[in-house]
Amino acid sequence: MAKKMKLSDITNMFAGMDVEALEGVTIEGDIEIDLGGLGGGFDPMLAAALGQESAVLAQHFARIAGMFGYPVGFGAQAAAPAVSPALAAPKLKDIISAKFDVANIAEWTTQIQEVPIGNTSADGGSRGKQVMLGGEKALPFFFDAPMPNRNQVTIDVFDMRIGLAKAVKENYDEVMDSPGEWAKKNVEKFNADMITIHLISTDPLIKDTSPKDAAKTVEEVLQAVDVPIAIGGSGNPQKDPEVLAKAAEVAEGERCLLASASLNLDYAAIAEAALKYDHDVLSWTQLDMNAQKELNRKLMKQCNVPRDRIIMDPTTAALGYGLDYAYTNMERIRLAALMGDDELTFPMSSGTTNAWGARESWMVSSPLGQDSDWGPREYRGPIWEIVTGLSLALAGNDLFMMMHPTSVAVLKQITQTLFGSIEAEPVDIANWIGAEV
Amino acid sequence: MKINSPLEAYKYLPQTNCGECGEPTCMAFASKLIDRSGKTENCPPLIKEKKYAKKLAELDRLLAPEIRQVTIGVGEKAANIGGDDVLYRHKLTFFNKTKMFFDVSDNMEEAALIERVNKIADFKKFYVGRNLLLDGVAIKAASNDPAKFAAAVKKVAEIGLPMIFCSFNPAVLKAGLEVAKDKNPLLYAANKDNWKEVGELALEYKVPVVVSAFNDLDALKSLAKTFAEAGIKDIVLDPGTYPSGKGLKDTFTNFLKIRRAGIMGDTEIAYPIMALPLTAWMAGIADPVSASYWETVMASVFTIRYGDIMILHSMEPYSTLPEVHLAETIYTDPRTPVSVDGGMYKVGAPDKDSPVFFTTNFALTYYTVESDISANGIVCWLLAVDTDGIGVEAAVAGGQLTSAKVKDAFEKAGFDLKTDTNHNTLIIPGLSARLQGDLEDTLGANVKVGPMDSGRIPGWIEKNWPPKQ
Repeated sequence: MAKKMKLSDITNMFAGMDVEALEGVTIEGDIEIDLGGLGGGFDPMLAAALGQESAVLAQHFARIAGMFGYPVGFGAQAAAPAVSPALAAPKLKDIISAKFDVANIAEWTTQIQEVPIGNTSADGGSRGKQVMLGGEKALPFFFDAPMPNRNQVTIDVFDMRIGLAKAVKENYDEVMDSPGEWAKKNVEKFNADMITIHLISTDPLIKDTSPKDAAKTVEEVLQAVDVPIAIGGSGNPQKDPEVLAKAAEVAEGERCLLASASLNLDYAAIAEAALKYDHDVLSWTQLDMNAQKELNRKLMKQCNVPRDRIIMDPTTAALGYGLDYAYTNMERIRLAALMGDDELTFPMSSGTTNAWGARESWMVSSPLGQDSDWGPREYRGPIWEIVTGLSLALAGNDLFMMMHPTSVAVLKQITQTLFGSIEAEPVDIANWIGAEV
Repeated sequence: MKINSPLEAYKYLPQTNCGECGEPTCMAFASKLIDRSGKTENCPPLIKEKKYAKKLAELDRLLAPEIRQVTIGVGEKAANIGGDDVLYRHKLTFFNKTKMFFDVSDNMEEAALIERVNKIADFKKFYVGRNLLLDGVAIKAASNDPAKFAAAVKKVAEIGLPMIFCSFNPAVLKAGLEVAKDKNPLLYAANKDNWKEVGELALEYKVPVVVSAFNDLDALKSLAKTFAEAGIKDIVLDPGTYPSGKGLKDTFTNFLKIRRAGIMGDTEIAYPIMALPLTAWMAGIADPVSASYWETVMASVFTIRYGDIMILHSMEPYSTLPEVHLAETIYTDPRTPVSVDGGMYKVGAPDKDSPVFFTTNFALTYYTVESDISANGIVCWLLAVDTDGIGVEAAVAGGQLTSAKVKDAFEKAGFDLKTDTNHNTLIIPGLSARLQGDLEDTLGANVKVGPMDSGRIPGWIEKNWPPKQ
């Protein structure tokens, strides 16, 4: 409504129209007005103004009419509204049809690199299948372009018995002394797409086991399962390059994912081992997009790592403990990549297990008296891991390193639903209000 | 927002640099308008002086967010939804956290109804200096009986939370409105069958209203447009929320499309969106924990991708805790600093016998530790070590937290463990245990390894403090 009308305008208009009676104007009760039968010659601006503020104006209208002595016809309307007999706004007469349309994002011009993990016999390895990450042309699950490869989950195995949240530990207790058995259980029982073997016993401050011992563990896992594997160090920047190099050597030709190259260790040594023995490199930085660009650049330019061997881990923080930074960091990386930043066009991996660091996932009850009851912790932990992983799936993460079997199952269910590969009986939600829940 | 530079907003300001808004210059105020930390009403001359009226109106139009803001309920607890200007939080920030309404039915026993509503109202989860809460009650007219519905509304209204009235029957909605005048509930919903009557109720009672068209964006937009033309401004969109398979994927796509169109300038559909994760309970999932998980999963998807308000069912803490935390995560302003200043902080009034802790200057870590300590009445010194705003575990792994860094932090704070305490003891985070030996050498002090989680500091102190000499 470009123009608002004042009451004086209306009275002036009536004066100008020189009417004896307002024929076709029906006033029902004291505030209803129906302009339906007015026909040609009536000022459309008046109709518009009445539509806008029908209820109020109608009241005034009746008074004005009375004031000026115009006889106004009171009468029953043909079809009385079902509920609100006192009011029928003239504008709610008919549906105004509209077409919905929205464009795809034109700026998403660049495809994410596809990176395979695991070699089958066709490529000189012994894996039963290959896992393919990346290849996206849009944000995950967006309609702009279909996602070529689904998300993958790799379940953790440690090379020694470690402290774990109770809800996690009860699934692994009997296999924790045997990495091979542990890996088998992950694949056979818990549907892992991949295995990550963490060689944490090599840490000088833990057991200081030798790279040779670590290599043996890797061999054990490779023999126990035929899924692709990721090999993780202990996080000790001095020792990891040596440990990962030795592990890479015994896994030659299997195209494992070496985790991780970072800016604070000898990344060149890890890159060299990957190239020499046919593996991929996990490029790990800490919530810093520019550091991620720098490390990727160094891997590509200094170390000559081909693009199809780089996966990024931009760091995962748990829900409630910095997930906002981790989420936005990943989303920004993926958006920059789609818009053409070729230092960031790589698939991403998340240490989703970090969710178990959040106290909400493992503590018996809240340490703070004023909190509402936290309820049973055995149900809190898995959903904490699910929501942490799912958030990052929506930000662009491809590979999830996880621990709890329920978390793995639910994360797979939702990411594959959004990916479009889950069929389900259609649910009629029309009567959700009356449905028993 | 139709403008994006302070210069464009400045044109509409008085340009007198009077300072009444608290900013030194009109240009500074203009940049606050653009980043939405300031509002035109904070400029007294612009509001009061008649000669600026036109400029004020135009400026308000230019600054209005792309997605309409809608208010549900009244008073302090009123829930604002919508008001967004961007598709990705890092582009500015998202406004008005996703609001969580929990369902009740009008056929519940009175005592059960009141108990559940009180539970919704009383929910509290402490997080970084504040409490995360639940937002309101969705009353389902399962009975389809106006009198029963009105009775339930009356009970719920007394507790004072914002309400959604859920029925496709206009007579039922009207009965609810009659007993909750001035409570500004949200009407759910107008659809292709009842839109005239429900639209009239929205106009008559001046309340916000949901327009609903399941998986049909043309129909949804038509309803929204029809209502807008009739003078209904506070509209919320319900494109339907399917709980599984292709239906859920379609729902996800609908949310993306609606919000993208709205932000890109299609004003006819630029309204807040409602998600109904409680349809998870209709998906045939037998086990209630699994159904509850699936509801939380759906809530998470639509908290991240553009749901502004949702109706939920499970009140189990394993549902509500992750749900409120994720909404906080996604809606936290990314422009606020990641870190606190490095230095020595006092918790209470510590003296020479009080324990000394350190943590990192990552804001989240620092505030968590600080609240765990202070909430339990422990008086102490707390050193925030500058780790470039990275948490303890990651900083130890990444080399931002070393014994040298800790020593440096003590020196910069002018705090000497030998002279400023009687015990010459430092308690370090359990997650930095590997630094213990190094720290003892570097600081020449006793170093004790505290718990892995600061929530366990009270128990730890009870056992280990004061230190045995």
